[in-house]
Amino acid sequence: MSTERNDPELVYLDNAATSWPKPPCVAEAMRRFLDKTGANPGRSGHRLSIAASRMVYSAREAIAELFNAPDPLRVAFGLNVTDSLNQALHGLLHPGQHVITSGMEHNSVMRPLRVLEARGVAMTVLPCAADGSLDPADVEAAIRPETRMIVVNHASNVCGTIQPLKPLGEIARRHNLLLLADTAQSAGAVPIDMQADLIDLLAFTGHKSLYGPTGTGGLVLGERVDEAELIPLRQGGTGSHSEHDEHPPFLPDLLESGTPNTVGLAGLGASVRWVLQKGVAAIRDEEQALVSPLLAGLQETPGVKVYGPGAGKGRTATISLNIEDMATSEAGLRLDEEFGILCRVGLHCAPAAHRTLGTFPAGALRFGLGIFNTPQDVTRVLAAVRILAGGR
Amino acid sequence: MSADFAYILVYSTGQALRLEKLLLAAGVDCKPVPVPRHLSSDCGICLRIAPEDGEATQKVVAASGLDVPGLKE
Repeated sequence: MSTERNDPELVYLDNAATSWPKPPCVAEAMRRFLDKTGANPGRSGHRLSIAASRMVYSAREAIAELFNAPDPLRVAFGLNVTDSLNQALHGLLHPGQHVITSGMEHNSVMRPLRVLEARGVAMTVLPCAADGSLDPADVEAAIRPETRMIVVNHASNVCGTIQPLKPLGEIARRHNLLLLADTAQSAGAVPIDMQADLIDLLAFTGHKSLYGPTGTGGLVLGERVDEAELIPLRQGGTGSHSEHDEHPPFLPDLLESGTPNTVGLAGLGASVRWVLQKGVAAIRDEEQALVSPLLAGLQETPGVKVYGPGAGKGRTATISLNIEDMATSEAGLRLDEEFGILCRVGLHCAPAAHRTLGTFPAGALRFGLGIFNTPQDVTRVLAAVRILAGGR
Repeated sequence: MSADFAYILVYSTGQALRLEKLLLAAGVDCKPVPVPRHLSSDCGICLRIAPEDGEATQKVVAASGLDVPGLKE
């Protein structure tokens, strides 16, 4: 069985887990960094260390431009979006406070919140509609005097539902709360403007719709977040403040202890510039041009049930479905072995979202499209699903 | 340690690179270098400038809004 990239037999539909392939500039930038620069950024004063620092700073600038963040120095890199969500949640929520979230969250939010709940942070998980959408009025109604934060999944990793952030940002400002957006599935796929959308904390990952390497991500802090109130998950060497035993209080060093993933950040900087050059709106249009016929074809197929919103502005290119009387594991295996179609099955680390959609505990088949999918891929997927559904 | 240069101390490498861009855009030549030991025990970098650019540098620093330890000669 082929496992080679660019094999015409393969249709990669697991971009919601990690995008693949990557633009060639990503591997080129990583290789160039390893071959030509290599040094530790921010630690030494020699030319290669400074070159490494410039590369990291350039990646910060690219991220700040992509999200219209107020300041590149308020972009703190981390391992991935889970790391950054943990930083934001554990770093800002304390016993006695209250946090509001939705019934469409990934475990990267739910699990840290459950740990915090056990330590005395109250949490409200608001139910969502059958298509995964959250009513902002429900959020406002759930606010208590001790509420500190609203945290939401901007785009569902299960069924692609996009949660508009600006109405939540307006509520957060009216009540002096912080809005934390989990953009794991939306960064690079949906236009995001931190300032216009009133986002206070934006957690992102580099390896999905930003088309960068795994092991990259970060937390972008808006100006309403006081870093003096933010407890870093890790403390250690930063290359700054060296004469003190105490950890530096300023960003991004506050959140970036230890040598960073420089090779990964070289790739991330290149991939984000590639996304910027292509344009997030254009990427979104291209993906939606594939989503519309795929959704329509799936919805017309007898025995196939599709979850989440229909084609249009309220969804990303991630589609979940089930084939009647066929376990998702069997469907996924047959798509792989018989048709070369690679997707993800099961609960997608989001049991709460599957409960909302009514697909818990069986889960669903998930087709996560990306910018490198083609109309031919859509044709092949529809033909395969029709065969599987017809043979039930 | 040389009277031929002045130095702008910063709190982080990120600040240094931000300030370098602003200074170069303002026509002030500068270079990131290790912090001279007689100025600070920090192991990071600072920006080296010509002493005669001190005033222009102070203006750029003030306009940047960056909180930095400042100019040392």
